[in-house]
Amino acid sequence: METIKLIIDNKEVEVPKGTTILNAAKSVGIHIPTLCYMKLEDLHYENNPGACRICVVEIEGRRNLAPSCKMECTEGMVVRTHTPRVMNARKTVMELILSNHPAECLTCSSNGHCELQKIAHDLGIREIRYKGDMSTFTIDRSPSIVRNMNKCIMCRRCETMCNTIQTVGALTAVNRGFNAAVSTAFERDMAGSTCSYCGQCVSVCPVNALSGRNTQQPVLDALADPTKIVIAQTAPAVRTALGRDFGYEPGTLVTGKMVSALRQLGFDYVFDTDFAADLTIMEEGTELLHRLGRYLNGDKEVKIPLMTSCCPGWVSFVEQHFPELRDNLSTAKSPQQMFGAIAKSYFAEKLGIDRKNLVVVSIMPCLAKKYEASRPEFSVEGNPDVDYSIYTRELARLIRYANIDFKELPDGEFDRPLGESTGASVIFGTTGGVIEAACRTAYELYTKKNLDKVDFEELRGLEGIRSATVDFDGTPVKIGIAHGLGNARKLIEEIKNGTSPYHAIEVMACPGGCIGGGGQPFHRGRMEVLRRRAAALYREDANKPLRKSHENPYIQQLYKDYLGEPCGPKAHELLHTHYIDRKEVVGMYTETEKSK
Amino acid sequence: MAQYTNYILVCGGTGCRASQSEQIIENLKAAVDQYGLEDTQVIRTGCFGFCEKGPVVKMIPDNTFYVQVQPSDADEIVREHLVKGRKVERLLYVNPETHELVPDSKHIGFYKKQLRIALRNCGFINPENIDEYIARDGYVALGKALVEMTPEEVIKEIMDSGLRGRGGGGFPTGLKWQITRKVQAPQKYVVCNADEGDPGAFMDRSILEGDPHSIVEAMAINGYCTGASKGLVYIRAEYPLAVERLKIAIRQAKEYGLLGENIFGTDFSFDIEIRYGAGAFVCGEETALIHSMEGLRGEATVKPPFPSEHGYKGCPTNVNNVETYANIPVILLRGAKWFSSIGTEKSKGTKVFALAGKVNNVGLIEVPMGTTLREVIFGIGGGIKDGKKFKAVQTGGPSGGCLTEKHLDLPIDYDNLLSAGSMMGSGGMIVMDEDDCMVAMAKFYLDFTVEESCGKCAPCRIGNKRLHEILQKITSGNGTEDDLTRLRNLATVIKDTALCGLGQTSPNPVLSTMDNFYDEYLAHVREHRCPSHQCRELTQYFINPEKCKGCTLCARVCPVHAITGDRKIPHIIDPQSCIRCGTCMEKCKFGAIYVH
Amino acid sequence: MNKVKTLDDLKKMRESLRASLDLREKSNTPDQLVQIKVSMATCGIAAGAKEIMSYFIEVLNRENIDALVTQTGCMGYCYAEPTIEIKLPGKEPLVFGYVDKTKVEEIINKYIRQGILVDGIIPVTYTAVKPE
Repeated sequence: METIKLIIDNKEVEVPKGTTILNAAKSVGIHIPTLCYMKLEDLHYENNPGACRICVVEIEGRRNLAPSCKMECTEGMVVRTHTPRVMNARKTVMELILSNHPAECLTCSSNGHCELQKIAHDLGIREIRYKGDMSTFTIDRSPSIVRNMNKCIMCRRCETMCNTIQTVGALTAVNRGFNAAVSTAFERDMAGSTCSYCGQCVSVCPVNALSGRNTQQPVLDALADPTKIVIAQTAPAVRTALGRDFGYEPGTLVTGKMVSALRQLGFDYVFDTDFAADLTIMEEGTELLHRLGRYLNGDKEVKIPLMTSCCPGWVSFVEQHFPELRDNLSTAKSPQQMFGAIAKSYFAEKLGIDRKNLVVVSIMPCLAKKYEASRPEFSVEGNPDVDYSIYTRELARLIRYANIDFKELPDGEFDRPLGESTGASVIFGTTGGVIEAACRTAYELYTKKNLDKVDFEELRGLEGIRSATVDFDGTPVKIGIAHGLGNARKLIEEIKNGTSPYHAIEVMACPGGCIGGGGQPFHRGRMEVLRRRAAALYREDANKPLRKSHENPYIQQLYKDYLGEPCGPKAHELLHTHYIDRKEVVGMYTETEKSK
Repeated sequence: MAQYTNYILVCGGTGCRASQSEQIIENLKAAVDQYGLEDTQVIRTGCFGFCEKGPVVKMIPDNTFYVQVQPSDADEIVREHLVKGRKVERLLYVNPETHELVPDSKHIGFYKKQLRIALRNCGFINPENIDEYIARDGYVALGKALVEMTPEEVIKEIMDSGLRGRGGGGFPTGLKWQITRKVQAPQKYVVCNADEGDPGAFMDRSILEGDPHSIVEAMAINGYCTGASKGLVYIRAEYPLAVERLKIAIRQAKEYGLLGENIFGTDFSFDIEIRYGAGAFVCGEETALIHSMEGLRGEATVKPPFPSEHGYKGCPTNVNNVETYANIPVILLRGAKWFSSIGTEKSKGTKVFALAGKVNNVGLIEVPMGTTLREVIFGIGGGIKDGKKFKAVQTGGPSGGCLTEKHLDLPIDYDNLLSAGSMMGSGGMIVMDEDDCMVAMAKFYLDFTVEESCGKCAPCRIGNKRLHEILQKITSGNGTEDDLTRLRNLATVIKDTALCGLGQTSPNPVLSTMDNFYDEYLAHVREHRCPSHQCRELTQYFINPEKCKGCTLCARVCPVHAITGDRKIPHIIDPQSCIRCGTCMEKCKFGAIYVH
Repeated sequence: MNKVKTLDDLKKMRESLRASLDLREKSNTPDQLVQIKVSMATCGIAAGAKEIMSYFIEVLNRENIDALVTQTGCMGYCYAEPTIEIKLPGKEPLVFGYVDKTKVEEIINKYIRQGILVDGIIPVTYTAVKPE
């Protein structure tokens, strides 16, 4: 490989051709501060618009300062990263950015992990010499995401995420000069935009301009209300990431402590969304077999490939961008909604109380789940199946709020019956997990044979798009997996073009799946964190005595006592849903499309 | 009817009128009558552009040129020149170099000062008729290039000519072509930057309106040299006439086979498309321009990569300005040697300027590089309006700098302007007189850049806004000396850190006025006084009691009733209520009202 | 249908176009061949050049003067718009500035008909590079 020699702060550096000054400096222990820069290593993407100008350095012979995140090294270059000229420029630019950023650190939910705060501190900013008018944007509150552009520093990371990685195209810069801001098309509210609520913009925002919608207070109110029975359901990915906010290493499983914490918070029942994940497999697996059977019998009407529907970000992406393919989505509700539906029917009946007195709170790694819970079809007479959905970071805040010393908690156990789960449901939290769980069950239901080796290694990993053929006793079933909506778009476009080779497709909107969800403690694109979280889930799966959803005794009980057959009439009423053409709702159709 | 054989032309331009040319005309007419010269007529003309030596009188048919003529000279001119046939030697122009008398106007240096190369056909041919362009050697340069020269030879010719980019940057045009040529790619583009954004500059528009074929021809030559088969003209939609004429030119060139497949029977094919800009100043910056053409937000990106490597749709793209292109055909026809004989050592050829402001002859002028500011302002421009005193000239548009009296004899070229703290820019030239406040002027230009910043990088987005706010503070009388320190620091940092040319130059008006007119800034902050009485909040209107007749007119016209006083008694202005609109001063018949 | 197939084609075309323009200029019937160019860039049009051009044509028709009225680009004298250039056969072209309807009448009656100069001449203050 061709290398280049240069001098940075009097140190000789040799780097491969094409290396930026920033990375070259890093290789010799010089950490130039950055703000807008973001590296998503495993997504092979570097966001370096050169917009914040914090990383500027002096290059000998150059008229002005250069952005080190973008500027490539050249042979013999002499770079200085902390001359008085550089430091004055860096501080002045920082003061400018701060001069248009509300100084609300103490009451800001990013306090303590704000990147702007950190750099201001590192640069020793003690006074802002350039004060003046500040932006006065109205705060946009969607069901999932709150957009406060007064805090925006125009790093454009969210735009990169939304447009380049996720290809959702909801966010873009609008207006000029001081009035420039990241906004939606026609500066609509996010609720009226093409946003899928995946929340990846939130997870890369260095400040708090984009944040998750906060629903802690109504949860606290419900917990304090003696007339309400409050139930918690916790998604699989939460237990691998929650510990991060209490000082644990990434990928530490804190299931037991999480259960105890919820109990200490005052939840009457602590259940597991994993139970509903097993239920999802029963329904979705059965649906897959139905469709597959019809397809193999030459039925041209049947929609193949079947697309998973557990991920609300993905569902809303299909409804908005590919409504014509919405019938390919499995009609099975997501685990969160299945749980809500069963809790407020089966379980409420069991307890002999009115569903209105039962409050279901879901703990999710996800922001889109808030939106999903609010969808009108998931409620009965105005009473939602899931009352509140809070995300992992919110739970961490609640735990601290309730004076709970998390690390000292004993390990607790989920309550029965809706707390029992198999290993299949645990891996729902990572990319490839849903389809692997479905394969375990579908295989046995289809072949009527016992599956010896339950680990489908070929479906695992963090490659953006993966495919595998699973042998269903002589019938090859082709499976496609994508995580991140940009990758999903590629698979769905194949379906649109009629070139898709798959029978079933699993999509998770977030990179890595739910473990990298928009509600999780921030991983900032560090895939190592995601890899560890995924490993933790597979570990828990391996340690479970039962690893196939249909073997869950409480699931079997539920069908026997209440639901009847998978995909039967009762199951259909409670556990299945329908999708709408959201392009029309949001008004995305162009005039020509409309006239067709 | 009388048949005249002699004419006396008298300059009726503003400059000469101020030095009594009207009286000269009267006296000449009287003298002609007196001597009974029925065959002689006195004609008032427009400006001769020789205002330095005005008033000027020209005798037809022998072209004798009299300078600095006084009304009292009229009799002598008629008597000596017309009656006796002797030239009035004392009124003849003296060549400043040879000290010889120059009797014939064709030999007076002034007339050689404007040389039209880029504007050679403007005002000469019908721009909507390709035949007239061809009659003036049109498309011969293209034919010569295609048939008789290799691309390398053409590029060498352009390089040898010393032509530099006329859009402002001054990058050697030939070198730019060569870089684009050297990049290997299946598809390349050449772009004509017709996004003329400097307020007051309109040379590109004039060329497109007056000589559109020269641009079509030059772009085809550029395509041949760089290996591009496609040309794009990015033009503001606010230039409907230029767009229309360009469309006609492209259509005619296609009909003649001068655009399209196999031009001149060679294997070179070239086509041109028009793209419309929406009038954003920053889209004149080449990367922003390319993004705008791609349908993206018009904002600059960090260079490198340069468009010559990674431009329109990722293909190598050569962007040149209209005026640059207009020079190309002539260079090929007349040769690099001829072109490089015009101008200064490092700036060759001519430059078109849009002369505006407090100068008598505003208009579009084209002078060889190296012409002094004095020659342009006082020679061609006819000096300062209303006989006021010259104060400064702003070159290079809103992001150029203010040059002063001491720069008047500076030969204009890229490097001289840059080292004097200004720049060539696209060729705007705005002249200011003693009534202009330089602080207010800097603020005025900042108004523009604050509006036109794309908002991408922090220094330009927030910094320019803060600069403007500080200037606002100073011009409203609330500034301190500390503000001046902050102003200079901020201006320097913006220049040093901004992403694109717009931001890097936007503080120029501030810095150059601080360098050249620091005393004015000091007067504003120390004495809270505006020496030019331009900053409203710092001025006060007074009534001179000795001149005031107590007519009450001022009191009646004052919109805020700030003037009181009884009839026939001197009036008084209440400074608290006065809004400094100046109506009273305008209406006062006795000149009793003054500003301080 | 390419009119110009080779460089020679173009050069021949140029010669004939020049010749025809010259012919027009050197014609023996000077009274009928007056050339009038109206500066019609945006600045000129804004100052009323279009109206002036049509008025010229109207008056010339009325007066039965055979003249060629064409538009051209910016002459650079923005301070004196609308500007027009008149070339009488065999004479140097002459530019008039601040042309209004009254001026049009005056120019036609005095200069075009009789060759008498009138007020408002703009001296040409530049040289332009000439064809080969």
